[in-house]
Amino acid sequence: MNALGLYVPGHSVVHRLPAGAKLLLLLLVGAGSVLLDSWWQVAGLLVLVLGGYPLAGLSLRTALGQVRPLVWIAGFAAVVHVVVSGWERAGVVLGVLASLVLLAALVTLTTRATAMVDAIVTGCRPLRVLGVDPERIGLVLTLGIRCVPVVVGLAEEVREAQQARGLGASPRAFAVPLIVRSLRHADALGEALVARGVED
Amino acid sequence: MIEVDDVTHVYGEQATARTVLRDVSVRLSEPRVGVIGANGSGKSTFVRLLNGLVLPTAGSVRVDGLSTADDGREVRRRVGFCFTDPDAQIVMPTVAEDVAFGLRRRKLPRPEVDARVADALTAYGLAGHADHPAHLLSGGQKQLLALASVLVTEPDLLVMDEPTTLLDLRNARHIADVVATLPQQVVLVTHHLELLDGFDRVLVFDEARLVCDDSPEAAIGYYRKLMA
Repeated sequence: MNALGLYVPGHSVVHRLPAGAKLLLLLLVGAGSVLLDSWWQVAGLLVLVLGGYPLAGLSLRTALGQVRPLVWIAGFAAVVHVVVSGWERAGVVLGVLASLVLLAALVTLTTRATAMVDAIVTGCRPLRVLGVDPERIGLVLTLGIRCVPVVVGLAEEVREAQQARGLGASPRAFAVPLIVRSLRHADALGEALVARGVED
Repeated sequence: MIEVDDVTHVYGEQATARTVLRDVSVRLSEPRVGVIGANGSGKSTFVRLLNGLVLPTAGSVRVDGLSTADDGREVRRRVGFCFTDPDAQIVMPTVAEDVAFGLRRRKLPRPEVDARVADALTAYGLAGHADHPAHLLSGGQKQLLALASVLVTEPDLLVMDEPTTLLDLRNARHIADVVATLPQQVVLVTHHLELLDGFDRVLVFDEARLVCDDSPEAAIGYYRKLMA
């Protein structure tokens, strides 16, 4: 399930880095990336990020898998940039985009969801003065991660049910049952959270 | 000890009001209690009363002397609840994380949490899946995970709402075998009547009422006649 960028167990240096440090690095690189404006700086960043994969015991093929979904957006962006601002600018934009996605994926692949959520909860602690409950933010993030495969599963069921009844690919006939099932799932999940003591 | 006194429960209001439980009073102290009945007979609502998921419209429910209305938090600490659909119950993305989730509010030291989680995973045959994404488990493994996540908190009472309805015969049998060895009191709602072999007491619900309260043989016989 690497397509969803889920955790790959391991004991490398990258795995052992604290989750907070990894997230902070991602934030800094993301913010700093706007300052890069020459192709060799971007190439350097890309090499550094790619170097993190073998360091984490991950193959470059895994790395490639992380950027593959970008092909359409990147292709579109490349065409626009080549037309508007030339080859070099296009290379910089694409390189930065790829580097950031690769870095984000590297963090996700080497960090347990719990550790990541804990780090975010710690980071949100100052927001308490504004009445924000950091634990609640953490829970929302976790449930979001968990619900992706569940909703994908529901979508498959709906599609199968449609095919079984010989219905064509009508977007409405697909969306309505999917939304109804998702809401029903949300109710059941809420009940389970209460049963497991979340509100207590 | 579970004490249910004169409980009536109504969903909705006025025009759409629907009474799902009517005048139910029962005391349950036996280690194994089964609950059976037709779809919509009120049995799911009945078991949801036991951990305060549903608060009765009238009457009271007490577990070990604690009222579910006034001491909901303490009751839920003592009562573990296992649902029909494990997908709705598994809240964390990976197996070990989900088992650890129930221990969060205990504020235990990290090594203790890890040890308890590892023990629970071993006990329910999930040790090899600790870091696997929960959604890649089979249906039977998911239900075992849901059960492990509940039992790791060491509840005094385990309530199960049709835990085997979505499972095949082998997995249903396996869940039943696991449940048979548990030290705690178990209240099990099921349509798999053979799971009730060896139970101490079985309640039959029909049209919002508790209509039969007897040994498994007698209660199942009553239920079969009712459905005939």
